[in-house]
Amino acid sequence: MKIRAKPHFSVSTQTQQKIAFTLLGIASSLVVVPVIVIFAILIQKGWPAINWQFLTTMPRMGMRAGGIFPAIMGTLYLVGGTIVVALPLGVLAAIYLVEYARRNFLTRMIEVAIVNLAGVPSVVYGLFGMGLFVIYLKMGVSIVAGALTLAIMILPVIITSTKEALQSVPRSFREASLALGVSKWQTIRYVVLPNALPGILTGTILGISRAAGETAPILFTVAAFYLPRLPKSIFDQCMALPYHLYVLSTQVPNVKPALQYGTALVLVGMVFLLNLVAILVRSHIRSRKQW
Amino acid sequence: MNKIETKNLSLFYGTFQALIDVNLSVEEKMITALIGPSGCGKSTLLRTLNRMNDLIDGVRITGEVLIDGENIYGKETDLVLLRKKVGMVFQRPNPFPLSIFDNVAYGPRTHGSKNKAELEDIVEKALKHVELWEVLKDKLDHFALNLSLEQQQRLCIARLVAVTPDIVLMDEPCSALDPVATQRIEELMFELKKNYTIVIVTHNMQQAARVSQRTGFMLLGKLVEYGETRQVFTTPREKKTEEYITGRYG
Repeated sequence: MKIRAKPHFSVSTQTQQKIAFTLLGIASSLVVVPVIVIFAILIQKGWPAINWQFLTTMPRMGMRAGGIFPAIMGTLYLVGGTIVVALPLGVLAAIYLVEYARRNFLTRMIEVAIVNLAGVPSVVYGLFGMGLFVIYLKMGVSIVAGALTLAIMILPVIITSTKEALQSVPRSFREASLALGVSKWQTIRYVVLPNALPGILTGTILGISRAAGETAPILFTVAAFYLPRLPKSIFDQCMALPYHLYVLSTQVPNVKPALQYGTALVLVGMVFLLNLVAILVRSHIRSRKQW
Repeated sequence: MNKIETKNLSLFYGTFQALIDVNLSVEEKMITALIGPSGCGKSTLLRTLNRMNDLIDGVRITGEVLIDGENIYGKETDLVLLRKKVGMVFQRPNPFPLSIFDNVAYGPRTHGSKNKAELEDIVEKALKHVELWEVLKDKLDHFALNLSLEQQQRLCIARLVAVTPDIVLMDEPCSALDPVATQRIEELMFELKKNYTIVIVTHNMQQAARVSQRTGFMLLGKLVEYGETRQVFTTPREKKTEEYITGRYG
């Protein structure tokens, strides 16, 4: 029996394989390169600007000096408000769709709507929020209006990830509970939700990190150009990091580049931290999960 | 009066008829076995008895299932009460990913026993009932999924016993277990028979012959033969039954 294949044939497959591996390798490194470059430049140029004072004081001299404290706090308020609205709404909607809704035309329509909602450009959410919350519902340019707009934007993320988390809870758990004479709602409350929690949390954090970084939805609904104080109530405007960065970079002349890069670094750092938390939560729960 | 009685029970998955005019009567405090080849409808029949089939979309049922003389497919049936009364043990042990204590306490807790002493009492009794208490009494806070499969299945039975059902349905409860564990679970069934009416589905004919007093043989959705286990296995009335128990198909 001949094990060695014909020489020209074998060379050609091996060469093909090498070429394929090289191409795949290049493609995957190309994905990583921009991330590393962005981080490197941000850290190199922004790090010198970051100190305690930068993080905790108000901007001064038309934002050319001082800190970005109100922008950081504004972003935190917005993120908080967004969670309060989007998390319960999204989780309840997902529970309904997965556990209660029958497969029919209506639920299919709802699912298609959710997918499409996820693909709507963020500036459209911004304009929609302005039209509905700011003007029609007379909330004015305010934290409520901004948080509601961001909440609508991240709802699809939360609903989709919650649905997947609920569907991944084994059917046998539900059956075991129902067969003990436990009602459907109690089964969801005590068996399904606790086991779906990690997935729900991950989705929520990813949604929130998106909300923290978007500019367009807050542009017309909440963000203040220059407001060197903390908001007085949820009906007040506030500064926010993404918008502040945009303002520093394009709207104010003669800003030291270090300030711009410093702001960008803080924003990226916050989003990165949120994502990191999501990854840690997920891996922690996965290591405990034994089914 | 028979504990369970089905009258002209038919079940359809969409257009496929999985049960055809089944008339079965189950006597109190006995073990009734349902045997038959895969896909004959024995599990489906079992799951009509606590309405677990309701969970599947597109299921339609005609006929009646009487439990203590009441039609459980009637309009007034409370599913929660029904399933409290008619409990189920599944093919694969399916304890919750909780501690041993919390698994057994799960049913009583959701049914409203909040008192800690009362729960401890219920858990102890239930675990004693399935002979797990001596082994596990110091490990009640351990994670239930780390137990052996046999212990998990016992735990599932204890979890069921804790809500004091009347009837216990067992859907191939030993198919995931090794022969020794199987034997021990069978011994437990004998023990349980004193207090509960048991209906067991099994593809293991020897098991049916060993544990049950009544046997029903099913084929293609029909209850072909039903009677005393000894009679069904030694002098079957139907030719199909004889061919099945002598291993000609299955």
